[in-house]
Formats: sequence, C-alpha cells, structure tokens
Amino acid sequence: MKHFQPRTMKNFVQRAGAAHRSLVILFLFLYPLAAFAHKRGGEAIGFASGFEHPISGLDHILAMVAVGMWGAQLGAPAMWVLPVVFPMVMAFGGMMGLMGIKLPGIELCIALSALALGFAVFREARPKLWIAAIIVGFFAIAHGHAHGTELPLGASGVLYSIGFVIATGLLHALGIGIGLVHRWPAGRIALRFAGAIVAVGGVFFLWKAISGEPV
Amino acid sequence: MRMHRPRSILFWLTLAITLIVTPSAQAHLMNTGFGPFYDGLTHLFVTPEDLLPVIALALLAGLRGPRFGRAVLFALPVAWLVGSAAGLLLAPQVTLPVAETIVTIALGALLAADCPLPFAAVGGLAILLGLLHGSLNGSELPKTNASGQISVVGVAAALFVVVSLLAGQAASVRVPWVRIAVRVAGSWIAAIGLLLLGWSLH
Repeated sequence: MKHFQPRTMKNFVQRAGAAHRSLVILFLFLYPLAAFAHKRGGEAIGFASGFEHPISGLDHILAMVAVGMWGAQLGAPAMWVLPVVFPMVMAFGGMMGLMGIKLPGIELCIALSALALGFAVFREARPKLWIAAIIVGFFAIAHGHAHGTELPLGASGVLYSIGFVIATGLLHALGIGIGLVHRWPAGRIALRFAGAIVAVGGVFFLWKAISGEPV
Repeated sequence: MRMHRPRSILFWLTLAITLIVTPSAQAHLMNTGFGPFYDGLTHLFVTPEDLLPVIALALLAGLRGPRFGRAVLFALPVAWLVGSAAGLLLAPQVTLPVAETIVTIALGALLAADCPLPFAAVGGLAILLGLLHGSLNGSELPKTNASGQISVVGVAAALFVVVSLLAGQAASVRVPWVRIAVRVAGSWIAAIGLLLLGWSLH
C-alpha cells in the first residue's frame, strides 16, 4: 500500500499534466492563427490583400493606367467600353489562372502590354473600336492570368476578389482621369509624354522578362 | 503537486488568452445581439455572396424602368421568403457555390451589357434568385426554435430596403455617364463572380 500510494499520485499528476498539455495543444490548433499568418506575406485573407495585389506590381499599374489613358484619348464610346469590358476579360484570365490552365509567355505579354499601350498613347493611335478592344482584351487576359496564378487559397475568396476588382477598376479610373487632360492642347502633349514614359517602362520590363530576371 | 502549479497556471493563462482573443466564428448567420430579426437584417450586408447578385438585379431592374423595379421589389423578397421556408423545412444544409456564382456572373454581365430584358424575364430572374439564395439561407438556419423563421423576415426586410434604394436610384438616372457608371458596377460584379468561380474550381 505504501508502495502503491505514491505511484498512484504520480500517475495522477502525470495524467493531469498530459491532459493539460493535450488541452493546450487542442486550443492552439483551434485558434486560427494560420489565417493571420498570411497577412504579412500579402496572401489571400480578405479585402485589403485583394486590393493590394493589383497595385503591388509596377508593370500591372502602368498597363492598367495606360488602358484608361488610351480610352480617354480615343473618346466615346471607347472611353466607357474599355472600363466595362476590361475587368470582365481580366477576371476571365484570372479564373483560368486559378483553375490551373497554363498560357505560354505571360510575362512577355505583360511587358509588351505596357510597351504597346504606352506607344499607342504616345502615337495617339486611333484604330477601330473592335481592334482596340481585341488588343486590350488580349493583354487583359495575360494580366488576369498572371494574377490568378499568383493567388494562393486564403480565408475569404469573396472579399479578396472584391478588393482585387475594385483596385483594378480604380487604376482604370485613374488612367481615364489623367487622360481627360487630352481636351487641352498642353494636356495633349503631356498625355503623349506620359504614354512615352509607360512605353519606356514596358521596354524595361520586356528586357527583364527576356533576360529572365525577376521584376 | 506544488511543483506542477506553474505549469497549471500556464495552462489556464493560455486557455484564458485563447478564449479572449479568438475571433468570433464565421457562422453563416450574423449575431448582432439584438435578436434574430436584426441578425437576419444584418446578414445580407455581411454576406457578399448574397448581396452582390441582389445589387446587380436591383440596378438591372432600375435601369429598365420603375415598373421593373417595383416588380423586383416585391418578387425578390417574397421568393426569398418562400425559398427560405422550403430550405428551413425540407432541405438539409447544402451549399451550391458554383450555382450561386454563375447566377452572380450572369446578373453582372446582363447589367454591364444594359441588356433590354422583357418584364417577364426580369421578374423570372428575381424569383430564381430569391428561391435559390433563400433556400440555401434557409437550409443553414437553426431549425430547433423560432429564431430561424424570424431571421428570415429580417433578411426579407433588408432585401426590400436594398432593392428599393438601388432600383429607385437607377430608375431615376438621366445623365449618360451615371448610366455608364452603373454598367461598370455590373462589370465589376461579373468580374468578382468570375474570380469566385475560379476560387471554387481551384
């Protein structure tokens, strides 16, 4: 009995300690810290990270703003057709990226988009509306696909998508806002100059894409 | 036993911190603390999956004119109530993310295209949307007491408010660029739906 009592107490303490440890581990597993861990990496946890994604890469920003500038330069109906069509086409590309459908030469297309759209603004190119829509749509799919493949699964795909689309739309609106200076002679020159800057940025990104260096 | 006290304190401290700082569970129904009616009322505004197609339909109906807006104003909440009742009474808990997303994409694209739908088509879309989302809502509500039924009335009230505000504003649009802005909103909703479809099929 003397021998039995201490062993029982020891077993009890050990069992209690094990139960406590198990409970702590259980609560720590239940506590969803993993979701918060995504935030600093800019991954998909909600509206803020979705909003941040399109404005986190200069190549994307240049192309989105250039679309708006070119639309404003072309005037109606292109000025409102492009912002209506572009988000849907880009999201379609994003959907393909999310579904794992591979497209070749995406980085080259993105670099080319800044170059081509910037050059179009610089040259005040005025193609037919359907040609402009096809050019912009082609680049929209490339940008959307790149975004889609970069998106990891997160806590809230809905809020992420809302943030993503709103940021993209606001970049277009910014481009349209800049492009409205086209109405004045000095603004027209300034807009062409802005197009040249976008095109030079496109050349830089094209060089990066061809040399395989990370942008 | 005394030598184990620090470990015990550590355990209770960990437990207390975990319980205090753990975020609220992301259950489907909002818990406002004001009762089931207000839970239902708030539900629509914190559930983008439900709110986005409602916004698209309300704006689409408003752009077509006041008669279309009035039809959706009554058809959508009633269909939502009927769907919720069916889901509450009959269905087990189900989720149809792809079907919900496809409806959102379709409504957003119709709004973006400013599609001249006939009256019956707009009414049919309202009934379809109400029955689909209502039944999904209803299947997730508590079935053991009356709170689920009361919260459904709150959801219907929220729908009535959202549709009346948005359809009324869209119906009164006279300036061309505002109409374009409404269409851009439709393209954004369709774009969000397309991304969601990608998430669903990832």
